Amino acid sequence: MIYADNAATTRMSSTAMEAMLPYMRERFGNPSSLYGEGQKAAEALWSARERIAACIGALPQEIYFTSGGSEADNQAILSAAHSGERKGKKHVISTAFEHHAVLHTLQKLEKEGFIVELLPVHENGMVYPEQVAEAVREDTCLVTIMYANNEIGSVLPVTEIGAVCREKKVPFHTDAVQAVGHLPVHVKEQNIDFLSLSAHKFHGPKGIGALYARRGMALESLIAGGAQERGKRAGTENVPAVMGMAAALEEACRDRQKKQERLIRLRTRLIEGLSQIPHSVLNGDADKRLPGNVNFCFEGIEGESLLLLLDDEGICASSGSACTSGSLAPSHVLLAIGRSHEIAHGSLRLSLDADNTEEEVEQILKIVPKAVERLRNLSPLWKEKISGKLRFIL
Amino acid sequence: MALYSEKVMEHFRNPQNAGELADADGVGVAGNSKCGDIMKIYLKIDGGVVSDVKFETFGCGSAIASSSMATEMIKGKPLTEVLQLTNQAVAEALDGLPPHKLHCSVLAEEAVKAAVKDYCDKNNVEYPQKEK
Repeated sequence: MIYADNAATTRMSSTAMEAMLPYMRERFGNPSSLYGEGQKAAEALWSARERIAACIGALPQEIYFTSGGSEADNQAILSAAHSGERKGKKHVISTAFEHHAVLHTLQKLEKEGFIVELLPVHENGMVYPEQVAEAVREDTCLVTIMYANNEIGSVLPVTEIGAVCREKKVPFHTDAVQAVGHLPVHVKEQNIDFLSLSAHKFHGPKGIGALYARRGMALESLIAGGAQERGKRAGTENVPAVMGMAAALEEACRDRQKKQERLIRLRTRLIEGLSQIPHSVLNGDADKRLPGNVNFCFEGIEGESLLLLLDDEGICASSGSACTSGSLAPSHVLLAIGRSHEIAHGSLRLSLDADNTEEEVEQILKIVPKAVERLRNLSPLWKEKISGKLRFIL
Repeated sequence: MALYSEKVMEHFRNPQNAGELADADGVGVAGNSKCGDIMKIYLKIDGGVVSDVKFETFGCGSAIASSSMATEMIKGKPLTEVLQLTNQAVAEALDGLPPHKLHCSVLAEEAVKAAVKDYCDKNNVEYPQKEK
């Protein structure tokens, strides 16, 4: 099997797994318990908090453990918005290609009477700080812009956007689920007020993540219950998962640069090879992209059938086609960068990681063009384009 | 992949009657590129019977499998029988489709009927009414 869907999830590292195991049997105490066993768990939890905070330039008391990236996004956005509302501010700025955890939370706010402004995304998958500066109003209570896009991999100028927000005194949240562990992140230097991260994107366990909220930023809890996480997140802490997350993040941050060079080489080769397929286009910026992300559209074919053919050859990948989303519309990300519906249906995302080899990349480059050709030969759309009855878009 | 039945995967991997009939007597198209599915059915009719059939499909796995299955189901059949093809029958023959994929079988039915209609129009033949 060639696993090329690391943006969906990653294989847990041995380091993460070993860090978790003792907290399942030997040290299984509840961190809220008074006796020694409970306090040992509480100490472990705090040390994990310190280590995670250190990896992103935060203070340990600014880290709140959540069930993952989606929960962190929900909590940050709702907290900042409601906090603004109390000061009469109900304008929120975001972008058209955010993850649904952000977009759907914003839709919720719209129903509450907030004005949500989604900044348009440039064709290269970029949103620029000038756009943010222009959009900020007197009543803006939050800017929420992702660090790196999960589909097309573009890496946004978060540092510059953070500077704009700080200057305009508007809270800034970034969904950094695809970035943490893969790109340098320093919340203080980057003027980030809220940041969401998810462990399973950097070889940690699933079902655990964290919200960084800068000291002084008000947080509201989404779950009614006990006083865990300083009263901001009820429910007994998932100690083993937190330990796994801390170990995975430390490892990812330690190996990041070494891994990055290699990954960029693999990515470059993959982009080079797939560009040879006629009537195809790379989605997202060629350079400002996640080290392992490759995303292409192939004209005349549909993405899901491409995924099925690749699966038959042992390649795990993903697509932004309608058929893979369960709805009739293709990926909002591809539409946001200006791809037509037809082109957006024919997308393929390959996301590599340190485990991937050069041989695997060469294998992918042998299989994908054949699969695309096979589907094109079956496609009435392709034939009409080849015969000149329809115009090529790409 | 557990998303689809073995039957769907069989027809997706080895589509039956894929291709074009240059001298087709009737051609029908259903769907559009915006929605991500286009099916094109080519019919050769001899004495009111489908003597040959081919399809071309732009679409997902179940769209390709539905086209393949539909062509198998109408091959060699008289037009009156061909018009009795329903999307449910196509979906059932494929051992079921996931609920959000049922429209693929609808497209197959529509494309087949459009091809018969095209044949009737071109040859001044009365479009056979579906038996009640």
